[in-house]
Amino acid sequence: MSQAPVLELRGIDKSFGPVQVLHDVAFSVYPGEVTALVGDNGAGKSTLVKCIGGIHPMDSGEYFFAGEKVHVSGPRDAAAMGVEIVYQDLALCDNLDIVQNMFLGRERKSGLVLDEDTMEEMAAKTLAGLSVRTVKSLRQHVSSLSGGQRQTVAIAKAVLWNSKVVILDEPTAALGVAQTAQVLELVRRLADNGLAVVLISHNMNDVFAVSDRIAALYLGRMAAQVKTSEVTHSQIVELITAGRSGELGLATGNGASA
Amino acid sequence: MTTTTSPQKTGSPAIGSQVRDYFERVRGGDLGALPAVIGLVVLCAVFASLSPSFLSPINFANLFTQGAGVTVIAMGLVFVLLLGEIDLSAGFASGVCAAVMAVLLTNEGWPWYLSVLAAMVTGVLIGLVLGVLVAKLGIPSFVVTLAAFLAFQGVALILLDEGTNISIRDETILAVANSNLPPLLGWAVLVVGVLIYAGIQLTQMRRRLGRGLLADSFAVIAVRVGALAVVSGVAVYVLNLERSRNPALISLSGVPIVVPVILVLLIVWTFALHRTAYGRHVYAVGGNAEAARRAGINVDRIRISAFVICSFMASIGGIIAASRANSVDPNTGGSTVLLFAVGAAVIGGTSLFGGKGRVLDALLGGAVVAVVINGMGLMGYSASVKYVVTGAVLLLSAGVDALSRKRASASGRR
Repeated sequence: MSQAPVLELRGIDKSFGPVQVLHDVAFSVYPGEVTALVGDNGAGKSTLVKCIGGIHPMDSGEYFFAGEKVHVSGPRDAAAMGVEIVYQDLALCDNLDIVQNMFLGRERKSGLVLDEDTMEEMAAKTLAGLSVRTVKSLRQHVSSLSGGQRQTVAIAKAVLWNSKVVILDEPTAALGVAQTAQVLELVRRLADNGLAVVLISHNMNDVFAVSDRIAALYLGRMAAQVKTSEVTHSQIVELITAGRSGELGLATGNGASA
Repeated sequence: MTTTTSPQKTGSPAIGSQVRDYFERVRGGDLGALPAVIGLVVLCAVFASLSPSFLSPINFANLFTQGAGVTVIAMGLVFVLLLGEIDLSAGFASGVCAAVMAVLLTNEGWPWYLSVLAAMVTGVLIGLVLGVLVAKLGIPSFVVTLAAFLAFQGVALILLDEGTNISIRDETILAVANSNLPPLLGWAVLVVGVLIYAGIQLTQMRRRLGRGLLADSFAVIAVRVGALAVVSGVAVYVLNLERSRNPALISLSGVPIVVPVILVLLIVWTFALHRTAYGRHVYAVGGNAEAARRAGINVDRIRISAFVICSFMASIGGIIAASRANSVDPNTGGSTVLLFAVGAAVIGGTSLFGGKGRVLDALLGGAVVAVVINGMGLMGYSASVKYVVTGAVLLLSAGVDALSRKRASASGRR
């Protein structure tokens, strides 16, 4: 557990026009661990993730990947390093099947022709590696899948590319109890397979169920990044709502300007 | 390892379970080509019982040459419809392309191949302009192509000197819609075609089974190949019958040349849509443009290419129409051509909402449209009734599309 972080951010600032959204944020993600990123609405979670994914450029700060300083100037750079983001709206095509969705934009070809068999094999292997048994056929259209199955496909799509860091944006927000459990199990398995997983969630039960570390953002500042085993439910809630909880958190408690 | 842990089971499912799956899909609102096939059978039965000459060999051959132009345009429209866009100008685009060919061929004396090439290039350019306006400027395709619909009528008039009729005398061009393959060649094409189809299906099955993937069972493939052989065999047989009123004077038999032309187009575009990354991206953009964009697909380029393909196919449709009419006039590709083409695509099962459809749909729908026009013509209905009925058929098919879509989203198969 005490490995070096695979992804580390230091002193990230980000403004949109006159509004500073991120103040001097530090964030580390460790391989084989689930790092939960929590914070209230508008705390900067999405912005931070988009900075990691290269969608928003950072104003200042340092980005380390696997110990080396890197410069990420677009989504392609992030994807090339092995950082994949699974967005809340999943970005799947309903009219395509599971295999087609998993390889969308990165199809395997032999010559001009699509190599369907290889793609199907790779997709099956990836899903098997994640112990996914809930889908009936890989040639099923995504439209016929349940919410949890869709989430599974979206996650498997992200894992397919030997990714090292997978960021999941509210993967359980729209799911029922049983499906949430399934997806959380999958999230845990990703980490157990050695990936670094970042889980954005509002649901404290989910966070405590699967995460190894919790990073709490408060008004654009990193209030604390702690081991899950060392904090309680209510401490995290305090960090989210007030930015500090006892010894933990921001020194002034209210250091951020709105 | 894959066989135990993967969700896939090795081997072929029983034919019974495949049939059951199919019915389940249909009940779930995924009708596919079913309405077109049923419509075709019902219409043929009705017309055959009402008008004895409907089933005569000469009328059967007429069906192909009558429907060819509209079907080819519909095949191109499928690409635009797959993206959820529409091209209302495809009819007059075909007219403009036909006019370009006629002017070069007859007035300027160009050889036929250069004239045809010029017509096709015109089609591509038209598509390029429409596509750029839709994709880059973001004008709704409805408006862009409605404007083009008007403008192209004017362009056709300019090309044809304010409305003269240019006749086509080139043998090669006339042959497209007026000549037939020798009967033996017709059979040869059929046999080779069926064998190639069977070969592709079987090697695909063997390859997939060899890799431990789910494949179609031998029985399913046999049914498919058998159905193709029977349907096309009957068609070739009937087309090879003597259909001249006076065989001693002039013999008229064989498969019309437009049929192999359409089949080649069908195969090429089906291959492009289902076997290449390009086709996959067309479906993706039609299904969820945002997902396609995030997957790194150049959505604008796909949009433009669909319009280019549509107008290119319109140019071929225009050439076929010119060949059939032996001339080009300002009304070539006008009046009902576009609506019939859109109707053909939609009746065949292409969704107006994008993301769903095949090139084969255009062919099936085109057959339905051709049967309606032809059958009503035989029964001596006036143009007014034909318009009303065809409009009703188009509305009906769009209604079926909308309802099946509703049903599909209710049963989670949207």
